[in-house]
Amino acid sequence: MSVIVKKVAQLLSGLIFMYGVYIITHGHLTPGGGFAGGALLAGSMILLVLAFGSDVMGLKKRETGSSIIENSAILVFILFATIAMLVGTRVFFHNFLPVGTLGELISAGVIPLYNIFVGMEVGAALFTIFLALVIYKEEVLK
Amino acid sequence: MEAILTIILIFMILGAIYSLHARDLLSALISMGIVGYGLVICFLLLKAPDLAIVQILVETITLVIMVSVVLDSTRHELKEKASIVHDGQSFINSRYVGNIFIGVLIALVLLYTYHFAIENLSAFGEHLMRMSGPYLEDAAGTTGSANMVTGVVFDYRGYDTLGEATILVTAVVGVLTVLRIQGRK
Amino acid sequence: MILYLLCFLLFLIGLYGVITRRNVIKIVIGLVFMEFSVFLLLVLVGYVEGAEAPILDETIISGPFVDPLPQAMVLTAIVIGLASNAMLLAIAIRLYKKYGTFDIRKINELKG
Repeated sequence: MSVIVKKVAQLLSGLIFMYGVYIITHGHLTPGGGFAGGALLAGSMILLVLAFGSDVMGLKKRETGSSIIENSAILVFILFATIAMLVGTRVFFHNFLPVGTLGELISAGVIPLYNIFVGMEVGAALFTIFLALVIYKEEVLK
Repeated sequence: MEAILTIILIFMILGAIYSLHARDLLSALISMGIVGYGLVICFLLLKAPDLAIVQILVETITLVIMVSVVLDSTRHELKEKASIVHDGQSFINSRYVGNIFIGVLIALVLLYTYHFAIENLSAFGEHLMRMSGPYLEDAAGTTGSANMVTGVVFDYRGYDTLGEATILVTAVVGVLTVLRIQGRK
Repeated sequence: MILYLLCFLLFLIGLYGVITRRNVIKIVIGLVFMEFSVFLLLVLVGYVEGAEAPILDETIISGPFVDPLPQAMVLTAIVIGLASNAMLLAIAIRLYKKYGTFDIRKINELKG
């Protein structure tokens, strides 16, 4: 790809990443939430991979890192749900942090934390799927 | 509202019919994009902004993946064997008519069961809200989130979110296993 | 009621694509159409005329809201649909590598 495409892709992917983080963290105030923000994070990474071509070695390292992020995010999500079972009323997904006032950024108990970890997990999962397909096509279907 | 939604749905149906009969696979994928992005407009008109964001991103990622699969392989539709229509014979022969007859019969049977399913639903726009009344009243107070869909997804129905995350992890493991290049020693 | 009928028509078109097309990519496209029709039907059932989106604001405190339960179900279902489509496409790439074609009439060497 030419230099213009690469530079614009770098700038845009930074902006899209920030927008994805905004949608994840404000998931309990504005429309969006964990899944939409996670898909946006994956989208910004996919834009970078599409613009810069593919050297297979670098992509393999990225795929390993992204897979580790995805699995540890889902592990922390289950850990939070299990901690909620041990505190209070013994229900699996109990909202155990204080609820706070409506409309603040830090409110709604444990929901913003759930949003963050589900967003990381969804973004890393979609990016891993895309990288697996690209690496396979580059190496085998030549 | 009904008129606009009907027009958009008719466009989606025309795009779907063309997409299954296109000769070039790339044209078929672009027509699949018509249906996907038309669905985004429908979600926005039906006051569901969360769904519109997720659908537009998922549709774009799906199109990118499918184009990258198709683009390096045979792009053209496979040549049909001329076994149904021979030259010199009439256009309507018995196998073609039989296929259409079976298709219409199956569509009628499915339409009959569809009628049984739909006749208990209320008309479009007049929803009874029998199950969501308690959810809508208590959501802001109990969960504390201003976005009620997020409150329902993560607090009242947390198990569904856990199941969906599990399905995503399983799909990633499945894709990595199917596309393995060489096994470990 | 005509909206429900058009959703059902989209489902039938997807079913026709899965059954009669012989290219693997067209079969995946037909499956995607079937999923889309179900999403649209669920969100259509939950719509209330003249109501607002279910998000509390400074200006919108109460009043009739659109049903949030079908929206939550479809939110989960969209991401699950993407995961299953990715799995199908991975299998399609493997089939293309082994047989060199996407035609399902030539993919018939299932050994036991």
